[in-house]
Amino acid sequence: MADTTHTIDAGHGHHGHSLALRHHFASAEQQKEASTLGMWIFLVTEVMFFGGMFLAYVIYRTWYPGAFAAASRHLDITLGGFNTAVLIGSSLTMAMAVRAAQLGARRSLMIFLILTMVLGSVFLGVKGVEWHHKYVEHHIPGPNFHYDGPNAGNVQLFFSLYFGMTGLHAFHMVIGLGLLGTLLYFAWRGRYTAEYNTPVDLAGLYWHFVDIIWIFLFPLLYLIDRHTGGH
Amino acid sequence: MSDHVESKGLYFAIFLALMVGTAITTAIAFVDLGVLNTPVALAIAVSKAMLVVLFFMHVRHSSTLTKVVVFGGTFWLALLIGVTMIDYISRGWLPQKEQGTQFSSQPPRL
Repeated sequence: MADTTHTIDAGHGHHGHSLALRHHFASAEQQKEASTLGMWIFLVTEVMFFGGMFLAYVIYRTWYPGAFAAASRHLDITLGGFNTAVLIGSSLTMAMAVRAAQLGARRSLMIFLILTMVLGSVFLGVKGVEWHHKYVEHHIPGPNFHYDGPNAGNVQLFFSLYFGMTGLHAFHMVIGLGLLGTLLYFAWRGRYTAEYNTPVDLAGLYWHFVDIIWIFLFPLLYLIDRHTGGH
Repeated sequence: MSDHVESKGLYFAIFLALMVGTAITTAIAFVDLGVLNTPVALAIAVSKAMLVVLFFMHVRHSSTLTKVVVFGGTFWLALLIGVTMIDYISRGWLPQKEQGTQFSSQPPRL
């Protein structure tokens, strides 16, 4: 990039243009803070987005505890627990990727990004398997829903929330994979250095947030009243 | 740059804590704690989330403004769920006038 120097407002002096310091920011620190804050504001809107469904879950579970517990027992704890571990692992690799970027370690950054994407893909694969199980058991809400047991209507309600919430979560994972793939490309092109690694940092915030959503989804969906007997 | 580079060891420690939390919440789901099952599960989930927010998301090194935004989002969610449930849970608590009740104290039947 050609270095253009402007005389800007009094007190700024000359700046070269770099990714770490665009001319409309007073300092690189301010730019980084603005980016971080912007990402957090976005994550707060995501809290609002998911929050609506969590609220619906709380209301209907309060109304129909028996049906929700029975329905929850039809989810596979082994797969759900495994997926939770996979996603937490992906948060570790993502944190390591951000750390590598902070240290200007391009190769490590790429490796950790790839690892994160692999773990994220494993998660989605397992979810596909779980959803297929639900399909085969006729637990997908809709015309083919079938449940032998009491309160079938309320059980279907649970599964509506299950598919709505895990579906929305999986959609966010897919977007995350796209973000990480993009980062991987630019990391390979040498765009991220110890001086400028904000996009990696922000993608990390997004990825960790999606992990946090699952940290709540797992116990709320899979672990309702598991102590009161089997199927 | 005021970049705080955390140590690998710290990240691994947080990862282990998260895995332990997952194991505990899964195991304890099979133990009858009565009304405490759900609060315990939520407490574990909140603790795990806090570890992710403070350490993986670097909030413990973030500016006060960032911390305020994080708290604000969480507080908003607490209000959404809390105040809505105050409404639902308190239905039927007050005696109704004879001439038909406006709000049913029974949950809707599906």
